[in-house]
Amino acid sequence: MEKEEYLDLYYQMVLIRRVEEAAAQLYQQGKIGGFLHLYIGQEAVSTGLISARQPQDRVITAYRDHGVAINCGIPAQKVMAELLGKATGVSKGKGGSMHMADVNKNFWGGHAIVGAHLPLAAGLALGDQYLGNDAITICMFGDGATNIGYFHEALNLSKVWNLPVLWVCENNQYGMGTAVERASAVSEIRQKAEGYCIPNDCVDGMDVLKVRQAAEEAIRFVRQNNGPFFLEIETYRFRGHSMGDPERYRKPEEVKKWEENDPIGIYRNQIINLQIASEEELDLLEKKAEKETAEAVQFAENSPEPPPEALFEHIYADAQ
Amino acid sequence: MAKITMREAISQALWEEMERDPNIFIMGEEVGVWGGTYAVTKGFYDHFGAKRVRDTPIAEAVIVGAAIGAALTGTRPVAELMTINFAFSAMDHIVNEAAKLHYMFGGQFLLPLVIRTVSGGGRQLGATHSQTPDAIFAHFPGLKVVAPGTPEDAKGLLKSSIRSNDPVLYIEHATLYQTRGEVPEGDYTIPIGVSKVQRPGRDVTIVTYSKMLETSMKAAQQLAKEGIEAEIVDLRSLRPLDMGPVLESFKKTNRAVIVEEGWRSFGVGSEVAARLYEEAFDYADAPIQRVAQKEVPLPYNRTLEQMALPQVEDVIAAVKEVL
Ligand SMILES: Cc1ncc(C[n+]2csc(CCOP(=O)(O)OP(=O)(O)O)c2C)c(N)n1
Ligand SMILES: [Mg+2]
Repeated sequence: MEKEEYLDLYYQMVLIRRVEEAAAQLYQQGKIGGFLHLYIGQEAVSTGLISARQPQDRVITAYRDHGVAINCGIPAQKVMAELLGKATGVSKGKGGSMHMADVNKNFWGGHAIVGAHLPLAAGLALGDQYLGNDAITICMFGDGATNIGYFHEALNLSKVWNLPVLWVCENNQYGMGTAVERASAVSEIRQKAEGYCIPNDCVDGMDVLKVRQAAEEAIRFVRQNNGPFFLEIETYRFRGHSMGDPERYRKPEEVKKWEENDPIGIYRNQIINLQIASEEELDLLEKKAEKETAEAVQFAENSPEPPPEALFEHIYADAQ
Repeated sequence: MAKITMREAISQALWEEMERDPNIFIMGEEVGVWGGTYAVTKGFYDHFGAKRVRDTPIAEAVIVGAAIGAALTGTRPVAELMTINFAFSAMDHIVNEAAKLHYMFGGQFLLPLVIRTVSGGGRQLGATHSQTPDAIFAHFPGLKVVAPGTPEDAKGLLKSSIRSNDPVLYIEHATLYQTRGEVPEGDYTIPIGVSKVQRPGRDVTIVTYSKMLETSMKAAQQLAKEGIEAEIVDLRSLRPLDMGPVLESFKKTNRAVIVEEGWRSFGVGSEVAARLYEEAFDYADAPIQRVAQKEVPLPYNRTLEQMALPQVEDVIAAVKEVL
């Protein structure tokens, strides 16, 4: 990687953090409705992963999608505007926090039914295979999603049809308040991929460079073999499952221990130790992210509400 | 005009569309090597090959889910669910994904997707394999629901469904495959969401669709012998629901009977009757009648099963009730 790219990864992680911190405040002020699932603590996962894709590769994920959206190249303004339900939001204010997508950035959502997007991912890969496209689909989901039937139907089909899909399990140790061992028969989740003869790997998700490297290899494998690969990424969410989580299921010491492994702090040290950039350069990037976040909030707040006509728009694509 | 069966009509539509557009493919259980559970895709596998006629595992959620994903990439999948009873395993993907994605992402996603499936009782398959839950699927904005009752409509509507950029649930009826009817020569389409008067009449309006069109036609023939002329309006699509011809007929006859095979409660009849009362209350000369399945899980025993399903006599009795 060139220096620029190292710094770009850093910038993306910091930007996600700032945008989500701002979102948490706006939520508290009642400006964001519904659910808000923060990605704080997991930034290295999608940043490392998505930085390894080609532009033609598709990304699809669950409802914890703000960071993924930013990594896919969606401007922070459009993410923030969507959170505020504005017409300028990436989904025109009709999707909200859990349903962001931008077809032009090859980001296919933002899906809020746990595990339900895995069959869709198999289909995206099927479409590319059918059309002879040199594209793969990267499908991200939580540890909790590996217990629903859709996961198994989708993995099985991907192997039977050799679909070019990279399955990425973000194991953040909990599905809402239920620890992995309490919900999954195997606590090493990659073993589930073994059951379908899908080659797999596991990587530390608090280290963006390790994620990046594992992702590069996994993506190469999928592209070359035109078949599935499964990547488990170990991570942790520092905040509650969503806003207002009483967090009775974990001890503050556990959270503290993980917070000491903040992916942004780890990466900052790596950049300094590898002498890629100076503290001052990184501080400048932090300032830039703060500025972009503040501008995004301002843009979102100043954006218009969707017009009343929008209510009946886009129910169908065909002329009625 | 050639006289062909419903099965041939559906099969022809699929075949002709696949010849026309290489981006169309079929996926489902036993659609390929077996030739289709109801033999609709017989010969397709040999002609179009395994890439375009895809046998899937028995996994309804991923059949519909993957068809949605593939549709998003610009292909035009026709997914088959062996029967509508198994669609419940794919309900999430039909309701929470197919019917929502275009709207929820602000119009960015296109879903040129058809889900073909088979509804209906009367074959002694017991409660799990005999349902006619069509109305449930018509509940969801964003999904189109089509259920033809004649070979002509079956062929034309399937072509429209395949050419549509919206997700369409295309419901065939298990006991209509042998039904014969005239079908126009060459390529033609019938628009989704347009009801049709299948039999003109002056005395009473019968609103129906799918298999119950046949039952209603038989009832109308018997009623005609008694000098009662029933007008039959075939909905053909449940969503969008075209009330135009229904209202026009009702304003003329001032009496209506709605005939459906599914259960009465919260059904097609409930919806159509409510719409008639809302939009043409002053034209009603008698309370609207509904003919529907008895409110029981369909039993296996032949006599009991037939007791539960709407019969020609039930339609005749309902018509006499409103006259
Ligand atoms: C089918 C379904 N069941 C339940 C829920 C409610 N729910 C939302 S998130 C969640 C936990 C999912 O955990 P995981 O897959 O590990 O993802 P994480 O939130 O940890 O990122 C649950 C139970 C849902 N959205 N969908
Ligand atoms: Mg989790």
